[in-house]
Amino acid sequence: MPGLKLIKRENESILPKILVPLLAIILAFLSGAIFLSISGFNPGETYIKMFTGAFGSTYALAETIVKAIPLMLAGLAVSLAFRMKLWNIGAEGQIYMGAFAASGLALSFGNLSPWFLLPLMMLAGFTAGGIWGLIPGALRAFWEVNETIITLMLNYIAIFWVDFLVFGPWKDPESLGFPLTPRFSPNAYLPALGDTRVHMGLLIAIAIAVLFFLLIKYTRWGYEIRVIGESRAAAHYAGMDVIKNILLVMAISGGIAGLAGMIEVSGITHRLQPGISPGYGYTAIIVAWLGRLDPFAIIVVAFLFGALLIGGFNLQSYAVPFSIVLILQGAVLFFLLAGEIFMKYRLSVVRKEDQ
Amino acid sequence: MPPFALEEKILQQIPMIEMSGITKVFPGVIANKDVNLNISAGEIHALLGENGAGKSTLMSILAGLYRPDTGTIKIKGQPVKLRSPRIALEMGIGMIYQHFRLINNFTVAENIVLGANAKNIRYNRAQIEIETLNLAEKFKLEITPSSRVRQLSIGEQQRVEILKMLYRGCDVLIMDEPTTVLTPAEVRELFVILRSMAEEGKAIIVITHKLNEVLEIADRVTVLRKGEVVGTRNINEVDEKTLTSMMVAHSVEHSQADRQSQPGECVLEVQNLKVKGDTDYLAVDGANLDLRRGEIVCIAGVSGNGQKELIEAIAGLRPVHSGGIKLHDANISMQSVRKRMELGISMIPEDRLGMGLVPNTSIMDNSILRSYYKKDFHKGLFLNYRKIASYAKKLADDFNIFVSDVGHPVNYLSGGNLQKLLLGREISQEPEVLIAAYPVRGLDIAAAEAVYNLILQERARGTAVLLVLEDLDDIFRLADRVAVMYDGGIVGIFPVEQADIDKIGALMLGTEVKKQACLA
Repeated sequence: MPGLKLIKRENESILPKILVPLLAIILAFLSGAIFLSISGFNPGETYIKMFTGAFGSTYALAETIVKAIPLMLAGLAVSLAFRMKLWNIGAEGQIYMGAFAASGLALSFGNLSPWFLLPLMMLAGFTAGGIWGLIPGALRAFWEVNETIITLMLNYIAIFWVDFLVFGPWKDPESLGFPLTPRFSPNAYLPALGDTRVHMGLLIAIAIAVLFFLLIKYTRWGYEIRVIGESRAAAHYAGMDVIKNILLVMAISGGIAGLAGMIEVSGITHRLQPGISPGYGYTAIIVAWLGRLDPFAIIVVAFLFGALLIGGFNLQSYAVPFSIVLILQGAVLFFLLAGEIFMKYRLSVVRKEDQ
Repeated sequence: MPPFALEEKILQQIPMIEMSGITKVFPGVIANKDVNLNISAGEIHALLGENGAGKSTLMSILAGLYRPDTGTIKIKGQPVKLRSPRIALEMGIGMIYQHFRLINNFTVAENIVLGANAKNIRYNRAQIEIETLNLAEKFKLEITPSSRVRQLSIGEQQRVEILKMLYRGCDVLIMDEPTTVLTPAEVRELFVILRSMAEEGKAIIVITHKLNEVLEIADRVTVLRKGEVVGTRNINEVDEKTLTSMMVAHSVEHSQADRQSQPGECVLEVQNLKVKGDTDYLAVDGANLDLRRGEIVCIAGVSGNGQKELIEAIAGLRPVHSGGIKLHDANISMQSVRKRMELGISMIPEDRLGMGLVPNTSIMDNSILRSYYKKDFHKGLFLNYRKIASYAKKLADDFNIFVSDVGHPVNYLSGGNLQKLLLGREISQEPEVLIAAYPVRGLDIAAAEAVYNLILQERARGTAVLLVLEDLDDIFRLADRVAVMYDGGIVGIFPVEQADIDKIGALMLGTEVKKQACLA
C-alpha cells in the first residue's frame, strides 16, 4: 500500500515559496465557496462580482489601491519588527496614534503652506506611531516584558483615545452631533495622483519598500537586524547592541505604521474620525506573513488584499454579507500556516512494504 | 538456582536480539547498509565506530525510533515490527540517550514510574518510593527515591534513567555514549552496575567511540564503519590496535602534540574571579588562572562546575561580579565583547550553530560575524558583498572548508565544516588568546584531528590557548598544563607531565578538596 512521507528539503528552493502562498489563496477561496453555497449564494457568480468590483473599472482599481496603501505601509511596518522576532501586533494602535498626531497639526496650523505642513504632519505621525512602538520596545528591551501583549493592549488605548477626541474636545460643532473633527484645510491634503482618489501615499509606500529592501540586505544595520532575528546569542557574541536595536526597530516599525495613519487622514478622510482604520493593522500581519516578510512581496500581497476588501464591499450591494470577506481572510492565513511545513519538507509517495 | 534456569539456558542459545539485513537511508546518506547484529542475554555488547558510522541510527531502529528501509528484527527468535519507542519498550528494549529525558522538578521515584503504568490512575507516593527502592536494591543502584532530579549529579541522573528502563521490565538496555558526561570515578561505578545487570541476564548494548572502555567493560564488540559492520569479535581476541584499524580504514596518525612548546610571558591573568550563573548563585567563585604565550591550558571538570561561565566572563559575554581579568596587566573585566575581540581575545563557543554561527544565514554573512562593522567590508553606506564573498572564499580555501557556494546557508554544512569555519574565522583575526569550549564535540575523528591541528598551529604561532574539554585522553594529548575546575574554583593546576588521571578525577569530584580542607 502506498503511503505519504515528509522528507526534509535539502536546499532552499524558490518554487514552494511562490506555490505555497498561491495554493493557500486558492484553497481559501475553495473553502469560502462552501460557505457561500451553504448560505445560498452561487460561489462562481459571487467571486466574479468580487473580481469586477475590485478590478472592473478605473474607479474600482483606484479604490483597490486606496485600500492597499495603508496595508502596504502597515505590512512593511510589522515585517520590520517580525524580522527581529519582535511580535509587534500593535500596528492598529500605531496607525491611530499617527492619525491623531497628524490631525492635531492639520487642525492647529491649517494656514501653513503645504510644503511645510505635510512634512511636519508626516514627522508627527511617524513620531507618535514610533512612541507607541517604543513603549513596548523599551519594556521588552529592559525588562523582558512580552511585547505581543503590550502592543495588543496599546491598540485599545489608542483607539479609545481617538474616540475620546472626536466625541469630545475635537468634535466639529457643525457636525450635527456626528463624531468628526472639522475638515482639514486643503493645505493638509496629500496630493492625489490624476483625478482618482489614489494619492501620494502609494509612492511613499513603494519608496519605503525599496529603502527597506536595501537596508536589510545591504547595510550594516540590516545585517545586525538579520543576525539578531536569527539568534540573540550570536548577536551578543558578535558584540552587537541588542537593546539599542530592539528600541530602534520597534520605534521605526511603529513609526511606519504611524505614517500610515497620517496618510489615511491626510489623503482620504481629510479629518479625524472613528474607525479611521477598519483593522488595517491586523490585516497587515497576514499581509506580512503572506509576503514572507519580503518588502516587494508585501506590496503585491497588500494590493491583493485591497482587492479582496473592495470586492467584498461590492458584494454588499448584492446582499452578500461582508463577513464572507473576513472568512476568506482568515482562511488564507489558516492555509498559509498549514502550508508552512511544505516549505521545509517535501511530500513523497513511498511504498510501505515492511508494514 | 531459579526454577526456570534450564529453560533460560535454552533461550540463551537463541540470540535475544537478531537484527539482519538492516538498511536505512537518509536523504543523501546511507546510515546503515545490510547490517547484521546478534545480541545475547547476559552480555555487554559494545558498538564501536566513529561519529557518523551509523551506531546511533542502528540503535534508534532497535529502540523503535526509526523504521528500517529493509531488514528484519527478531526478539528471542520471533520476528517483530518495532513501530514506535513505546512498542519497543513493551517488547523489553529500552534506550538511554546522551541527553537524559528526566523532569527536573519531579522526584526520582516519580520520574521512574512516570508513564509506566498508565492504568493505575491513583498516585501513591509512599508506594512508588518503596517500589523504586526495592528495584534499586535488586540491581545495587544507590538512589534516594524522594530527592528531586535537579539536585542530582549527572551520574545519579543516569542511574535514574537506568532504573526507569528496569522498572518497565527491559531485558535489553541500549546506552548511547554513557560515559561522556561522567567523571572517571562515576564511569567505574557505572561499569559495576552494568556488569551486575548483565549477570541478572539483561543484554546491554553500549554505543561508544572510546577504545579503552570497550576493552574494559565489553564481552563482545561490533565495529561499524560508514554504516556497515566491519566485524564482531570476542573481547579477548582484540586489542586497541586491531580495533583502531577496524574503525578507520586508514589508521589515523595520532598527531602527538609536540611537547617542545616554549611558553612565554603571561598574557592573561584571572584573579579571584566571581561570576554569576544564569540564576543568582555564583557559578564562578574565586577562580584564579594564568595563561602564557604559546601554551595550551586545558580545563578539566565535570560540566556545570563553572567552566562555561568562566570562559564567557573572559570573553566578555557574561558580566563579572567581582575580581579581575587582566590582559597584559591591563584590567579588561569591564570592557565590552567587541573591545575584547579587538584586544585579541577570540572565543569558540560551545554552541556552534546558534552562538558562534548564525543559523539560516549565508556562509558569507557568517564569515564576517565578528568583523562586519569594520571599514574593510564597507563601501559607503553599504556592505561590500563582493569583498565579503572573496573573503569567505579565502577562508574556505585556507581552512579546507568544503563549500560549493558561499551564498548558501550555513545550516547545510556538516559539523566538521561548521567548526572549521568558526575556528578559521577566529584564527584569521590572529588572536592573542584563543578560548574554545568542547571544540570537537560531535565531530568524527578526521574532523577532530583537523580542529586539533589548527589549535596546535595556533600555539606554535604563540597564541595563549584555553580549552575546555571533556575527554581526558584529549586533555593529556593537547595540554601543556591542566587546570581542574570544581564548584566554581580552579582547584588544581599542574604541568601535564605531573598530572595523573586519578588525582585529576578526585579533584574533579571534589573529594580531594575536602581532604585538603580537613588537613587545614
